[in-house]
Amino acid sequence: MAISREDIEKVAYLARLQLDEAQTGALEKDLTNILNLVDQLQAADTDAVQPMAHPLDAVQRLRADAVTESDQRAAFQAVAPATENGLYLVPRVIE
Amino acid sequence: MHDKTVTELAAALEQGEVSSVELTQHFLKRIKEQDSRYNSFITVNDEQALFDAQAADARRARGDATPWTGIPFAHKDIFCTAGVRTTCGSRMLSNFVPPYDATVAARFKEAGAVCLGKTNMDEFAMGSSNENSYFGKVTNPWGEGLVPGGSSGGSAAAVAARLTPAATATDTGGSIRQPASLCGITGLKPTYGRVSRYGMVAFASSLDQGGTMARTAEDSALMLNVMAGFDAKDSTSIDRPVPDYTATLNDSLEGMRIGLPREYFSDQLDPVVAQAIRDAIAEFEKMGAKVQEIDLPHSHLAVPAYYVIAPAECSSNLSRFDGVRYGYRCDAPKDLEDLYMRSRAEGFGDEVKRRILVGTYALSAGFFDAYYLKAQKVRRLIQQDFINAFKDVDVIMGPTTLAPAFRHGEKTDDPVTMYLEDIFTISTNLAGLPGMSIPAALINGLPIGLQLTGNYFDEARLLNAAHRFQQATDWHLKTPAGLA
Amino acid sequence: MQWEVVIGLEVHVQLATQSKIFSGASAAFGADPNTQASAIDLAMPGMLPVLNGEAVRMAVCFGLAVNAEIAHRSVFDRKNYFYPDLPKGYQISQMYAPIVGTGLVEIPLENGETKQVRIHHAHLEEDAGKSLHEDFHGMTGIDLNRAGTPLLEIVSDPDMRSAAEAVAYLRKIHSIVTYLGISDGDMSQGSMRCDCNVSVRPVGQTEFGTRAEIKNVNSFRFVEKAINAEVQRQIELIEDGGRVIQETRLYDPDANETRAMRTKEYANDYRYFPDPDLLPVVIDDSYIQRLRDTLPELPDEKRHRFTENYSLSDYDAAVLSQTRALADYFEQVVETSGDAKLSANWVMVELSRLLNQNDTPIERCPIAAESLGQLIQRIRDNTISGKIAKQILEPLWNGEGTPDQIIEKQGLKQVTDSGAIEQIVDEVLANSQEQVDNYRAAPEDRRPKMLGFFVGQVMKASKGKANPAQVNDILKQKLEG
Repeated sequence: MAISREDIEKVAYLARLQLDEAQTGALEKDLTNILNLVDQLQAADTDAVQPMAHPLDAVQRLRADAVTESDQRAAFQAVAPATENGLYLVPRVIE
Repeated sequence: MHDKTVTELAAALEQGEVSSVELTQHFLKRIKEQDSRYNSFITVNDEQALFDAQAADARRARGDATPWTGIPFAHKDIFCTAGVRTTCGSRMLSNFVPPYDATVAARFKEAGAVCLGKTNMDEFAMGSSNENSYFGKVTNPWGEGLVPGGSSGGSAAAVAARLTPAATATDTGGSIRQPASLCGITGLKPTYGRVSRYGMVAFASSLDQGGTMARTAEDSALMLNVMAGFDAKDSTSIDRPVPDYTATLNDSLEGMRIGLPREYFSDQLDPVVAQAIRDAIAEFEKMGAKVQEIDLPHSHLAVPAYYVIAPAECSSNLSRFDGVRYGYRCDAPKDLEDLYMRSRAEGFGDEVKRRILVGTYALSAGFFDAYYLKAQKVRRLIQQDFINAFKDVDVIMGPTTLAPAFRHGEKTDDPVTMYLEDIFTISTNLAGLPGMSIPAALINGLPIGLQLTGNYFDEARLLNAAHRFQQATDWHLKTPAGLA
Repeated sequence: MQWEVVIGLEVHVQLATQSKIFSGASAAFGADPNTQASAIDLAMPGMLPVLNGEAVRMAVCFGLAVNAEIAHRSVFDRKNYFYPDLPKGYQISQMYAPIVGTGLVEIPLENGETKQVRIHHAHLEEDAGKSLHEDFHGMTGIDLNRAGTPLLEIVSDPDMRSAAEAVAYLRKIHSIVTYLGISDGDMSQGSMRCDCNVSVRPVGQTEFGTRAEIKNVNSFRFVEKAINAEVQRQIELIEDGGRVIQETRLYDPDANETRAMRTKEYANDYRYFPDPDLLPVVIDDSYIQRLRDTLPELPDEKRHRFTENYSLSDYDAAVLSQTRALADYFEQVVETSGDAKLSANWVMVELSRLLNQNDTPIERCPIAAESLGQLIQRIRDNTISGKIAKQILEPLWNGEGTPDQIIEKQGLKQVTDSGAIEQIVDEVLANSQEQVDNYRAAPEDRRPKMLGFFVGQVMKASKGKANPAQVNDILKQKLEG
């Protein structure tokens, strides 16, 4: 199955990855090859098969409702690109 | 001193023949002098390592030492280490210093081990040659111009080059076993859920598993003793007792049943490699093991299933790298969209982008059932193959890789060619089983690994088999020519 | 043309847990920005979610309260999209296998009848952070304290046919979650938010019209106004030959209109898939039964019991069962006072007046229910009169002691000693010879009215403390005798 340029542009937007012309062209070929590889799956008969979530079919453990974390804002924001008054800054969001 | 194993170094420390500070200085010096040839470290932890070594010596003097107290080792740069830069081989995290430790890192700290630094890797653990690192490619100590394998290529090369006695690593589709095979060392990927993933930067959550890289099975057992165990901070971690993996290393192999999958020894396998692997397996027969052929009929679907599941999970796992709270942010974003699009385009390398795009495509509207759900079903078929096989055998053996190390640039043109590097290792991850690679032969002077796959939580049996093999052979003692 | 309105609601209820749904950070409201955002909430590399059992318990309790099927196996999925207040780039939610299945609630209609509204399902998810747009020189500030707060999203079927029904439904959900104690239900602080799916169709048509979704409406009043505004917009649009398009809209209360949100054509491809960091949540029957056993009485049951057991009017029972806090308060008052009718009057009239005057919710009422009960008891045992009791309410509110202490301190105890009352009566009669003569001269049928004067005088002289019944008896005796 071949992937089109439009598909790549759409997917790149969903993934928020800016691509230039040359990259999109190269990706068209690479992604088509990869999708051809994975399309081998379609031949498998999986009608009666349950999808696998965890190899050991384990189930979710529940945590007790207790506050175990304290304020570490200073440490976390020390690695942030832009903060002010304890807030993370991003270019203005227009709703 | 650098030729000694962890076991030997622990004994030397215990006997007072050497101090942790001396050991640490020795390895730091080796890294400083030699790593320019391999580029196996991204960050060397000089100051902190010496500080920790002093603390370890003091702890030993107090009589409070564990087998790891004072032993130098290295972490793959995918494990978060508090106060020490953790890059995951990416520009995206090139300046990221986490304020917390991964559970694996915390466990080594508690044991008193001394972290020399953080090893190079394919960006976000995506790759089989360690050519995808923002910090440059890694060279295999076995030859100029050769890849060490990936994604844990830095850990593998550092151990093979005797820059560290051992290193942590992770394995999502073969990232421990394939580089172990190519670098001639011993690598173990435990059962999914055996080692906590907390603080380990996620690539594909349902497949990622931390594990060991060392020269011997015995050292691997020592490492696993530290790493394995339940962690309440990881929902996928399994609450199950951890045995002392060193206790059963010398058990007899008499009557052990070894399965050889017909699918792994097909016409496509180089007869030279096939023979080398069969010769290695013959050693086990000499020790009383029984060999039989088995079938893993869905093996051919492992790579396709993997290249849906891993990219799908990675596309979502890597969304958090958006330039907002940490990590790379592009210069002067003109608006929010621009901030996202450029920070991610500039922060991620080509292979990471490819996989994010494939994964995004596979999950996008209309494709979820045909790709992700289908792949998760195929995954169960693959698992069922193994469950059936383990009714008849105790360990499955075969080649880890199709061939020894290849050259830099040899497989970078076509991603699919590179993906097939993991053809023998991927199904183990899909099934969540433990797997090992141990040095089994030299082909044209280059090492190649024997892969051992065990049943769930049967790491002790794999280590036992590998250890007995290493007692009987000396493949694991071979060193690259010209190693200083 | 006659139009029929079709409404379905998605109500997001913030669950009242101590910690967040997937991290041990505090879920309390109002902390300094990002001081309650843990490494997990911030989606730092390598961080993993672990599910808060209390959120599961609360979701199951809600399911039981609306007679819903509880899923024995539910799964968390990732909803993928980029937004600065969504740190992971995905929201953990439940798309394919929610924890609460189909259920049912009854809502009161304006004509006094009730109507059933079907719950399609309810699922657990995490809340996002907040974007602040002011004061950052053209930048937006992100506060992630709220990120990871547990939400229960309750999705109704499109069963409502007017804005009033939608509000009644929302009030019912509010009442259920607050009764269960699983949310404070405070809409002004965003503890309950509502998305309204609205469409119109010609009366008689069976297919639904195209719906628009009004996002994030945050008060009962705005729900009603937003729906009415949207209905009007859609009808006018269609009658003008236009077509409703499926889209997300926002309600602007100032203009009283809804506006389309700007979105890219394919921005809503959320790429849901099961979260591989979390495992299926498996609940067994004994767990469900245990929770069923702990379920409190729900509003409808309580109202019914109030009319049955306390002989309250439908109106009084409805008022007193409106919130669990008020109902609990009332019942505590009854328990102490021993008189339901009198307690209902005191709670609904005198106490309500004080609460309103001081703009205080019943949850923060400074008069303990036991105190009010004791006060009423003192009326019943003739220690004080109702009138004196009203005087005591104020000092009680101000924390000046228990009713008995205040009665004692201010000397408000009713005088029931006949000798003492007789003495006062005698003094009053002696000082009012003219009125006494008039009384005695008056015909029988006019006398009761005239008696009031003497009663007033005696009460005044006793500072209101004389027992009115005794005063009456003694006066009559003296005047007639």
